[in-house]
Amino acid sequence: MDKVSFLLFVSGGLFTIGLLGVIIRRNALVMLMCMELMLNGVNLSLVTFSQQRGDAAGAVMVFLTFVVATAEIALAIPIVLLLVRQWRSLDAARYSTLRG
Amino acid sequence: MLALLSAASMLILREPMRVALALITSMTSLAAVYGLMGVHFIAAFQVLIYVGAVMVFMVYVIMLLQLRESNVADRWSALRWPGVLVAGLLLAVLAVVARGVDADRMPRAPLGQSFTLVEFSTDFLSRYWLEFELTTVFLVGAIVAALAVIGVSRRQGAASGASVETGAERQHG
Repeated sequence: MDKVSFLLFVSGGLFTIGLLGVIIRRNALVMLMCMELMLNGVNLSLVTFSQQRGDAAGAVMVFLTFVVATAEIALAIPIVLLLVRQWRSLDAARYSTLRG
Repeated sequence: MLALLSAASMLILREPMRVALALITSMTSLAAVYGLMGVHFIAAFQVLIYVGAVMVFMVYVIMLLQLRESNVADRWSALRWPGVLVAGLLLAVLAVVARGVDADRMPRAPLGQSFTLVEFSTDFLSRYWLEFELTTVFLVGAIVAALAVIGVSRRQGAASGASVETGAERQHG
C-alpha cells in the first residue's frame, strides 16, 4: 500500500468512525465531536489529493471547511445549551418530542 | 495510526471530557501528518483553529454543564447494531476504493513543485474569490442564526421567570 492509498484509508477510517459515533452514541456533545471527526477525515483526503496534484484547490477547500466547522460549533453549542436547559439532560433520546 | 486509535477510543469512552481529550489527540496527530506532508500552514491552522478554538469551546461547555453521563442508563442508542453494520459496509467500500487508487495514474505535480504559501494565498484571493465572498455571506448568515438562538433563549428565560413569579404569587395568595 503506497502513501496515497494509506492516507486515503486513514481518512475513510476517520469518516466512518465519526459516522458510527453520530449514529450509536446518545450524548449530544459526543455526537457533535464525532461530526468534527468526520470533517477532519474529509480534510485529510482533500489535502492528500491537493498535494498529489500540486495545486491549491484542495487547500482552499480545507480552509472553507475550517470556516464551516467553526460556524457549526458556534451555532450548535448554544442550541445544545438550550436543549439542556429545557430537558436537563444531554441524552439525545430525550429530545424525541422535537420530532415534527 | 494514533489518529485512528484515539478516534476509535472516542466511541468507547463514557465521560465526555475523555472523549474530548481523545479528539484533541486525534486532531493533533492529524496536524503532525499535515506537517509531514509538507503543508505546514494547514498544520498550523489545524492546531490553532480546531484544537485552539473549537475544542477549547467544547471543553468549556462540558465543564459548564457538569452533567455526567451516569444518569443515562445506556450510552448506546437503539440504532447500535444497524449503525455498526452500515459503518462496516462503508469502511469496506472505502477500503476497496483506497486500495484501488493507483497513485501513478493520477495527475501529479512535477517533482518538488508542490504549491507554496504564496501561491496558495494568491490563488485564494484571485482564482477562488467567489468562494471567499460566499464564505463571508455564510458567516453573516451564521451570525444572524446565532442572534436568533439568543432571542429564543431570552424568550425562554423570560417565560420561565414569569411562571416562577406566578407560582410565587399563588403561594403568597
